[in-house]
Amino acid sequence: MTLTDIDPKLDADGIPSRHNRWVKRLRLPAAWRRPLGIAGLVIIAFWVLVIIFAPLIAPFDPLAQDSARYLPPSGDHLFGTDGVGRDIFSRVIYGAQISIPIALLLVALSVLVGSTIGAIAGYFGGVVDTVLMRIVDLFFAFPAIILAMAVAAALGPSLVNAVLAIVVVFWPTYARVTRSLVLGLRDSNYIAASRLLGVSSFRALIREVLPNIVGPVLVLATLELGNAILLLSGLSYLGLGAVPPTPEWGAMVSDGARAFYNYWVALFPGIAIFSVVIAFNFLGDVLRDALDPRTAKSVAVVDR
Amino acid sequence: MLMFVLKRAGAAVLLAIGTIIIAFLLTSILPGDPTTAMLSERAAGDPAIVAALREKLGLDQPLYVQFFIYLGNLITGDLGTSTQTSRPVLTDLSQFAPASAELALFAAIIAIVLGVGLGVVAALRANGVIDNVLRVVSLGGVSVPVFWLGLIVAALFSTQLRLFPSSGRLDAGQTPPPAITGLFTVDSLLAGDPGLFFQAVSHLVLPAFVLSAPMVGLMLRFSRASVLEVLGNDYVRAATAKGLPAWTVVRRHVLRGALVPVITVLGTAFASLLAGTVLVEQIFAWPGIGSYAYRSASNLDLPSIIGVTLFIALVYVVVNFVTDLLYGIIDPRIRTA
Amino acid sequence: MSLLTIDDLHVTLPGRPALVDGVSLTVDAGQLVGIAGESGSGKTVSALATLGFLPDGASTTGSVVFDGRDVLRMNRKQLQEMRGNDVAMVFQDPMTSLHPMLSIETQLTEHFRVHRAATKKQARARAIELLELVRIPNPAAALEAYPHRFSGGMRQRIAIASALACEPRLLIADEVTTALDVTVQAGILHLLHDLREQTDMAMLFITHDLSVMNVTTDYLYVMHSGKVVEHGPTRDVLAEPAHAYTRSLIEALPGAREVLAAPSTAAEGDRA
Repeated sequence: MTLTDIDPKLDADGIPSRHNRWVKRLRLPAAWRRPLGIAGLVIIAFWVLVIIFAPLIAPFDPLAQDSARYLPPSGDHLFGTDGVGRDIFSRVIYGAQISIPIALLLVALSVLVGSTIGAIAGYFGGVVDTVLMRIVDLFFAFPAIILAMAVAAALGPSLVNAVLAIVVVFWPTYARVTRSLVLGLRDSNYIAASRLLGVSSFRALIREVLPNIVGPVLVLATLELGNAILLLSGLSYLGLGAVPPTPEWGAMVSDGARAFYNYWVALFPGIAIFSVVIAFNFLGDVLRDALDPRTAKSVAVVDR
Repeated sequence: MLMFVLKRAGAAVLLAIGTIIIAFLLTSILPGDPTTAMLSERAAGDPAIVAALREKLGLDQPLYVQFFIYLGNLITGDLGTSTQTSRPVLTDLSQFAPASAELALFAAIIAIVLGVGLGVVAALRANGVIDNVLRVVSLGGVSVPVFWLGLIVAALFSTQLRLFPSSGRLDAGQTPPPAITGLFTVDSLLAGDPGLFFQAVSHLVLPAFVLSAPMVGLMLRFSRASVLEVLGNDYVRAATAKGLPAWTVVRRHVLRGALVPVITVLGTAFASLLAGTVLVEQIFAWPGIGSYAYRSASNLDLPSIIGVTLFIALVYVVVNFVTDLLYGIIDPRIRTA
Repeated sequence: MSLLTIDDLHVTLPGRPALVDGVSLTVDAGQLVGIAGESGSGKTVSALATLGFLPDGASTTGSVVFDGRDVLRMNRKQLQEMRGNDVAMVFQDPMTSLHPMLSIETQLTEHFRVHRAATKKQARARAIELLELVRIPNPAAALEAYPHRFSGGMRQRIAIASALACEPRLLIADEVTTALDVTVQAGILHLLHDLREQTDMAMLFITHDLSVMNVTTDYLYVMHSGKVVEHGPTRDVLAEPAHAYTRSLIEALPGAREVLAAPSTAAEGDRA
């Protein structure tokens, strides 16, 4: 947020220097906010490199059960080994290849499905809008993990089904956001102008509305990536996502829960999850503040 | 006012029906034939017996008829039978629900006291060092996988440091207080047994803190934004210009407006925490619906899973309804909307 | 000695032109001083400095001496004692300067009780007195009510009443009529005029609207871009403006000549 021309009437505030406590307007000195965004980017870049260079970095085959079981962290096995003798360091590395790309895919699908439905609802309004939004409200009535758990269980445990389950949970958020953005744009002048010029509804939707939606939706998607990873690993933790022997982080934490006294089995995969999620949240937080306040309001993520 | 209540109630009922429909749809997309699980192998090989069972279960009927059968079952409290416990799901739920309610309640209290308290502090010291540290804290809170946090906390505070117990609601072998609410803390106080009360609280500490972590992060952020918005209002500056002490300005002028939105979020916070128990309870051997759901998920006990889903969703609907009403009472403008 | 002396005040925010660039002004006891200028002229910042309010992070030089003490050098306790007590302020928008969730009684009495250590009963009596002073009908009922029940003009009267609670020596009125309808404005101005007759309170009257200046003030400062470009007895300044900017302000008024020629009586219409 940049400092715009100050209207002295609005800006005088506080008490002289050392007593100053109140701020009239939310002024965010850019210097303070950027470190978080940079930290987020660095962490994500780090993991992208891990994903790309996994075969080169991982000392062992993530599925090979060659080593002794439950070895504590050491020079050979940086993160120790798990209950069937697999190297955890390698599994954490390969786990990145699963969690992060799948989360991206998942969010992309949700954005696609959700935004389409939301755009249709917002653009056509009337009965279509009401019906669609009631359905959206319905999905919002379920807490995320619960609904995902139920759908994943009903479909059967597999990574694919977990993805489907989470898409079912996520699409309503995008539907709502897109709809409100579209509603804001629909009655604006340039849509009317293009209509007058004879452009069809559909064309108008694509040409005029779409570019203005992309920004806020992207910000929301970034924020939701963290949640996607948490849900994905959560489902795997419950046994409803990745099936063994897939080195998925949530499943690894679950293994670690069973071998409670061998702390390393659960510790390192969990740190991995935490680092990725917090990186996306840092990034999303900074991005959200870069939006103008009006659209930022419609992007406010509600906890489910 | 009556119109408002009726409208909201109507919406809540519709929502409830909708959640039931979804629960039903989930049961009907079960892969495979449920009869095979219910019959012995030999009987399953006999098409006549299978057909008879299907007819008895109503599986040969069109979907909408099956739905009404399902609805009818629900009304009589038949949520199916758990494949793990072989008891009616409803019985299981009613046994386990109070434990989770108690846990969610404590987690909610922690989330409010810590989250809102820190959020107010962050707002009053906006853009300072404390504020930025708290921003990281709140982002950390919503980023941490609670199931992993539970393990770490249990290992650290219980096994290593031996500060708090990490298993069950009471010490092993301890008789629970006479059940009035089902909440051991409340019941032990009602029974006049402070020792038992403190024991119950000590068992609650670790799981409640873990469960509350994401909510603390959210509350922190939310209340900070709320207080900041109020601080920006003219009346705050006008109050300071009257020479009122800073604390009075905060207490009377700022918090009153800022906390209203927070209060209305409390209900959904509780419901979200209830949902979170699925990932946390098992680690602490907490005998609530969370552990129940966890075991059901691992065992693919579908009637239980769907039972828990429906239960929590309906709690959510009710809580949202009550919250809506509360908001309408507090802010008269909402009633006419 | 003057009641208020602002001497060579500079208020600057880092990296931008000064908000207040060497402003000096004086207000004597009982005097009605006006500050005219458009948005951004620094008039409000200067006035707020009198109360010890300065923009977050601003650097300030000069002095603001009220009743012999420099406000800029006061500690928090001294500022608290002064505010609302010796110096009071009425803000521009009565919709937002009154707290929507607190009763009128609370808002009129809270500072009175702090500054005068009054009891609830005493404060309530004072509140009714004040409401009568500003001509709010049915004061007892008004005390129980909340701001949203009143019209803009009445709210501003209540705000003025609140400012008068502790009998301040100086009242700062910042664009108090700007947010109101023209007809309602007249009522407020009339009220301020009468208050001036009844008390010996000094007033610092800030506005961008020159048409009210002749009506209300004795002495006028014209500000532009953080500086005082002209000052003098109001009549003289408006009749024969020396500075080009003042002239342009006057010429911008509709029916400028008529306004200047009108005798200095309050306008009729007490319908606020």
